[in-house]
Amino acid sequence: MNKTTFKLDWLILPLLGMMFVALAWSFTSSTLTKGLPSPSKTWSQSKLYIEKPFEKRGEMDQGILRFTWYSLVLVAKGYSIALLIGTPIGFLLGLSKMFTKAIDPLIQILRPVSPLAWLPLGLVLFQKPEPSALFTIAVCAMWPTVLNTAVGVRAIPQDFLNVAKVLKLSRTKTLFKVLIPATLPYMFTGFRLSLGIAWLVIVAAEMLTGAPGVGGFLWQEYNSLIYEHIILCILTIGIVGFALDRLMSLVEMRFKTI
Amino acid sequence: MAFLELKNVSKGFGPKTSRSEILSDINLQIEKGEFVTIVGYSGAGKTTLISLIAGLIGPDAGTITLNDLEITAPGPDRGIVFQNYSLLPWLTVYENIYLAVDQVFKNWAPAKKALHTEKYIEMVNLTPAREKRPSELSGGMRQRVSVARALSMDPQILLLDEPLSALDALTRATLQDEINRIWENDQKTVVLITNDVDEGILLSDRIIPLSAGPDATLGPSIPVNIPRPRDRKSINHDPRFKEIRATVVDYLLKSNARSRSAVTRTLSLPDIEPEDLSVPRNWYSPRKQPIRKREIKKETVEISS
Repeated sequence: MNKTTFKLDWLILPLLGMMFVALAWSFTSSTLTKGLPSPSKTWSQSKLYIEKPFEKRGEMDQGILRFTWYSLVLVAKGYSIALLIGTPIGFLLGLSKMFTKAIDPLIQILRPVSPLAWLPLGLVLFQKPEPSALFTIAVCAMWPTVLNTAVGVRAIPQDFLNVAKVLKLSRTKTLFKVLIPATLPYMFTGFRLSLGIAWLVIVAAEMLTGAPGVGGFLWQEYNSLIYEHIILCILTIGIVGFALDRLMSLVEMRFKTI
Repeated sequence: MAFLELKNVSKGFGPKTSRSEILSDINLQIEKGEFVTIVGYSGAGKTTLISLIAGLIGPDAGTITLNDLEITAPGPDRGIVFQNYSLLPWLTVYENIYLAVDQVFKNWAPAKKALHTEKYIEMVNLTPAREKRPSELSGGMRQRVSVARALSMDPQILLLDEPLSALDALTRATLQDEINRIWENDQKTVVLITNDVDEGILLSDRIIPLSAGPDATLGPSIPVNIPRPRDRKSINHDPRFKEIRATVVDYLLKSNARSRSAVTRTLSLPDIEPEDLSVPRNWYSPRKQPIRKREIKKETVEISS
């Protein structure tokens, strides 16, 4: 591959795609759907939030990166809870057939439940918006970690377990020297999928609880009829989600090499 | 009482209805310091036999004793070198061996453990590669790490399960010499399992053929009375070499012929009677579909491998 095609593939083609969508967007906004703000109007209305990304003017009137930061902090908390609970459950599922038989149907039932359904339950349980948002993120984001860890543990080659047996490694040593390292690549695939879900859930959770953050801002601006900011929020959510996924895939690659 | 003793050991796999006996009536005595080779066809149950001695699986019948103690579980007193190396890919050469040393000599000082580890890395000539991971090593180097790991545990007996089968002929020869050298240095009891008769004659004191499966059993023990050190080039012309080789190969071939004529197989003929393509297909009279015959015939056949 020579240099020009490389640039064409990685820079020019994606830019062309984006330009096409922007054109289609400005066309429909001026003809078919009058309510939809045009790209230029979106920019002029959102400029303040992008140019002063960290400014705080009021509870629900802050720079976009400041909002993003609030959301990220909440995601980080909920995601950590998901990993802390999900990974051990995954290990138990992978190690014990009895546990799998007992718990697997339950997991299959709980897994497809939407975050919008969990949040009210969280509010009932915790009475406050933040813990219930964390509860929702953790419950929704946990499953990919649980399932991937379980698959990873089941996929450990018998050879490695034989080594542990011949050396008479203790249970904890087998866990830390053999089981966990052998499962890491699978675990990180699960972590990556979980992070994607956690970021999806945060927006829904913020919309319902009204906490400051990208999702909360989006919902508030819808209620106050400033539709330009909805688009700003959608783009921010998308870009941040993409960045998080890239970041996790870098971490994942690092562990794939073993 | 022999050092390692197998008495009427048998082992099979599978559920009761379709159980296949792998090994039956295995009797084996090995003295301390002996180098014994077991040769047999692939699939005869060689790995099953070594797993039994290692304690990774238990026998269905019979007893296995090492030093008058019955073997019930795997342990570091039996160093085992697997055919596929079984190194932990996330650990370096040093760490792989250190894991074993650390486990076996728990109450040694860390410096002593490190020194011990280094000693065995050097023994297999891998000092330059000590910080490498298994994926960065060639097959021969990996197998040497595996040998070093087994030896570093200072086992009472060394079990080699086709350690050289996956290697090319040249690396194989080098490693054979290396195993020979190591064995001559510390005179460990070794059980080598292989499908290469020449390898067995070159290295061992005794060769025992394992008959072709199923129901494999050990043949007569054939002593290798060629004096050591044996030279790989001249040994080929030694009349004793030729004689031992002929005896072992003869036994193996005969056992294979015997098991061949005894095999009974349930054959199911092709179950489908094909469509008759000569009949044209119309929208009003569909052509006859293929039919399943559900016909099974039982017959005895000879299976050539």
